[in-house]
Amino acid sequence: MSGNILDAFARALASGAVRVIDLTHTLSPDFPVIVMPPELGQSAPFRMERISRYDASGPAWYWNNLSFGEHTGTHFDAPVHWYTGRDLPLNTVDTLPPADMIAPACVIDCSAEAERDADFLLTVAEVTAWEEKHGRIPAQSWVLLRTDWSKKRAAAYANLRADGAHTPGPDAAVMRLLVEERGIIGFGTETIGTDAGQAGHFSPPYPAHHYLHGAGRYGLQCLTNLDQLPPTGAMIVAAPLKIQNGSGSPLRVLALVQERSTG
Amino acid sequence: MTEPLAKPKRKNPLARMRQPLLPPSARSRKAHELTLAAASGRFMLQCCSECGQYTYPPREACPNCLSSDLRLQDTPTGGVLLSETRIDVTSDPYYREHTPWRTGLVRLDCGPSIVTHLRGDCGGPGNRVVLSLQLDRGGQAVFFAKPIPETPNMEDDLQWLELTADPKHRRVLITDGRSPVAVALAQALKKAGATKIFIGVSDRWKPFNEQKSLESIDGIELVDLDLTNERSVQELAMDIGAKVEILINTADHVRPAHLFDAGAANTARDSIDYMVMGLMRLAQAFGPVMRSRGADGPTGAVAWVNVLSVHGLSNAPQFGVHSAAHAACLSLSQWLRTELRPGGIRVINAFSGPLDTEWFQTVPPPKVAPKALADAIVDGLKCGIEDIYVGDVAKDIEARLFDNPKAVEREAGQ
Amino acid sequence: MAFSRARKPYDGVVLAVPVTVPYQRYSIESAHWWMGRALRALSEGAGISHRDFDGFSVSSFTMGPDSAIALTQHFGLSPRWIDHVPMGGAAGIVSIRRAARAVQAGDADIVACVAADTNQVDTFRKTLANFSRFAQDASYPYGAGGPNASFALIARHYMDCYGATREDFGKLCVAQRDNALKNPHALMKKPLTLEQYMVARPIAEPFHLFDCVMPCAGGEAFLVMREDTAKSLGLPFVRLLSAIERHNAFPDDPVQVRGGWVVDRDELYGMAGVTSDDMDFVQTYDDYAVISMVQFEDLGFCGKGEGPDFVRQHTFTIDGTFPHNTSGGQLSVGQAGAAGGHLGITEAMRQLLDAAGGTQVKDAKLGLVSGFGMINYDRGLASAAAILARAS
Repeated sequence: MSGNILDAFARALASGAVRVIDLTHTLSPDFPVIVMPPELGQSAPFRMERISRYDASGPAWYWNNLSFGEHTGTHFDAPVHWYTGRDLPLNTVDTLPPADMIAPACVIDCSAEAERDADFLLTVAEVTAWEEKHGRIPAQSWVLLRTDWSKKRAAAYANLRADGAHTPGPDAAVMRLLVEERGIIGFGTETIGTDAGQAGHFSPPYPAHHYLHGAGRYGLQCLTNLDQLPPTGAMIVAAPLKIQNGSGSPLRVLALVQERSTG
Repeated sequence: MTEPLAKPKRKNPLARMRQPLLPPSARSRKAHELTLAAASGRFMLQCCSECGQYTYPPREACPNCLSSDLRLQDTPTGGVLLSETRIDVTSDPYYREHTPWRTGLVRLDCGPSIVTHLRGDCGGPGNRVVLSLQLDRGGQAVFFAKPIPETPNMEDDLQWLELTADPKHRRVLITDGRSPVAVALAQALKKAGATKIFIGVSDRWKPFNEQKSLESIDGIELVDLDLTNERSVQELAMDIGAKVEILINTADHVRPAHLFDAGAANTARDSIDYMVMGLMRLAQAFGPVMRSRGADGPTGAVAWVNVLSVHGLSNAPQFGVHSAAHAACLSLSQWLRTELRPGGIRVINAFSGPLDTEWFQTVPPPKVAPKALADAIVDGLKCGIEDIYVGDVAKDIEARLFDNPKAVEREAGQ
Repeated sequence: MAFSRARKPYDGVVLAVPVTVPYQRYSIESAHWWMGRALRALSEGAGISHRDFDGFSVSSFTMGPDSAIALTQHFGLSPRWIDHVPMGGAAGIVSIRRAARAVQAGDADIVACVAADTNQVDTFRKTLANFSRFAQDASYPYGAGGPNASFALIARHYMDCYGATREDFGKLCVAQRDNALKNPHALMKKPLTLEQYMVARPIAEPFHLFDCVMPCAGGEAFLVMREDTAKSLGLPFVRLLSAIERHNAFPDDPVQVRGGWVVDRDELYGMAGVTSDDMDFVQTYDDYAVISMVQFEDLGFCGKGEGPDFVRQHTFTIDGTFPHNTSGGQLSVGQAGAAGGHLGITEAMRQLLDAAGGTQVKDAKLGLVSGFGMINYDRGLASAAAILARAS
């Protein structure tokens, strides 16, 4: 029977009935990374140095050396990333259960609100309103916060001001709701973090990180193309690199979406 | 008097660019004692510690008493011009491009007769002159005589210009606009007559306070430059490499870290990637084109300045990583100096003590104001110095290293 | 300090077989080729095999990396006495002094004194660039003008001190050119007027084109032996009456205004038993006319500072009141490197052997030759002079 499901899936892919959408930004040196106060440790940005390009260092081949922090570009946060998840089993990217790498997604569109207010916060009210329209968020699904922030570039994307970054994110209550009551597998955003830019001032600070990872759940950030996803029904493939004791990694995030016309 | 140097016209794109040539550079080992003096703008000659007689040319024994204890000593610069000539014919290719060339014979008040390069308006034999030791385009020490009192436009004398790196009518790249010295440096360069100042800024999405001050200076252009990104450095060189006559590398990365701290390796890696590898990336991208433009007219490519911490010369434990990275930069700078020499490009190291900025907040005074550092760099370019020590701390360490480097090491951090 | 005893005279020492290998502006040959020609001419002139030269003295700037010993094998010589005299314009007279003592003492019987240099296209520049440590450290880097620039500083100072003018220098140069026109070996074949001299292009002020010698390739040579040897070989000869040399004289003079001749000239004339007035001709070392003028003063023909006046009161052609540089000198014959210091010697020998041809000074019986050389830093270090006399 399982064979039939995958056969059907293969046919759906081939026919275009299931479309694959890339939710990943290109890893490039100028993509902003999270900025910490300078006296703290910093994430290395993505860098690429050429080994050879059909030249004296390698006559027939082209290849590069890469360097980057675990949390650069479109990336995955494992539970061990935050102190609240440090003692959990299977809390690193190399021990991540493979089954968790594929899960359905609920997409909450707050792009209009985020356009009005860079400090927009997702609260229980927005989730309640969404559930009234699309049904209760199923357990073990991703909740992806669509803000269209990925369409911004460079300075507007980082939106750093003298008092820090101003980017949208969830408040503490909604994270407790999603993690403790809905049992989501993870939370994803288009901004540099799963938390809002000013989330250091929340209680607890950085509630998305605090609750998600404290419960062994995951984070995805710097996503793009969320505007191409339906509110429900998309299947997310998010498989981070298998880095020993890794707290996260850049990754390719794919969404599988069934086209309505052929559905 | 000297004719003021005219702003160079745009180049004729059909005319071949002159290839750099260097003046004769063979010297004895002893003669490099003068290089030591010239590099830091001092005027020193051998002086016999037994009989007190100054001697020149550099010798291995005192011609007066045959003592071998000839020490390099600060020397009074005054003398009388005994004779002069204007060389119109020379067998050397470098000088052939610079004739007529004036030289003279000066009797120093302290004794020796010196064959010296000569400014045009020294007034003829019998007049008093002052001598200085300069580095020529090959990096070797030579004497230069100037009239007393100074005469108009002295800095524009064509022979003097060969011995200096004056920013006048030149285009400059400051590699890091976020450096605390960038604004002061841009202002000082502007005042010194630089026609264009490119200022590299990384991560333009990260705002910085000085951006407005920089943009308000006429002749400034902010350009994308991330020293940690090979591609960024190369792309900028492709854009403006052939327009940079003076490159001033202001890259710095001050992060206190204890050697035994877990995070120290990352701090060191960040510092070394930014500063050491950054300098290497700059050298690879900008070095070849600058070297090729060393003879591109009187305002061709002329100098590369590295702004270094004096603690690169001897480690300051509270800024151990910073010191180590600067030490590596110094070594790289020496390498770069050798590679740029065929182009006649001088590599200048400006050694500064702690700057009066946020990162050195906990360091007790004296500290160096960014403006003081900027002025010292521009002054060093105009005087043709190779090693600039800026501020009391840097000068103190220079003198103590000359005297007893072990004492500097043992007393560091106490 | 005066503990040098009276020097032993050069009794019985003679010079024979003056040889000039005709000069070329540029040569594709090495210095060795020119030495070989000179040795061959000495051998033919003496009527003996070169293997019979039991003494060999050589001067050259361009024989590197060889030394004198290497040349013995190169030329098939088996001498029992050899010498290398790297002293530029003083080398000729210094080699005479050394060879004279060798033949007097019997360490050698026949010394071949050879000076030769080649002049390939880049030879002159390389010689200047590697001339000496002081030159490399302290003069060549200043415009690389070579001796022109160094002597220009000396000349300018001399002019300022003693009132010499370019016309004074020009008078000597023009006279030498007149003499050279009678010397078939001279490279300069065209007459020179004072007007041409004055308007020539500048080289290093105050020097213009005709103040400067032309570097070229060439060789000069002669034999030194005892009178009995010369007679047994049937060779005409000239006598060596006296000779002096002095190096780095007056080191405290801030700029050179005099040479070492001043120290030793009394001995020069005393040893020969003659005075400066007795000279029938003078061959000075004329790398520049100003240096000839200094030699007139320092060798006692006039007082210090009276050189310009002396020049104005005399004529310097072969038939002049003061026959000087009768071959045309280096200024008009050419400067064949180290051979430049031998040029005056071979010319003086020919004058005293009645073999000078067109340049012969009538009734020349006594002549003075001087040498000068080695501008190590700011001045010429070596000065030398000799008085030669007709055999009888």
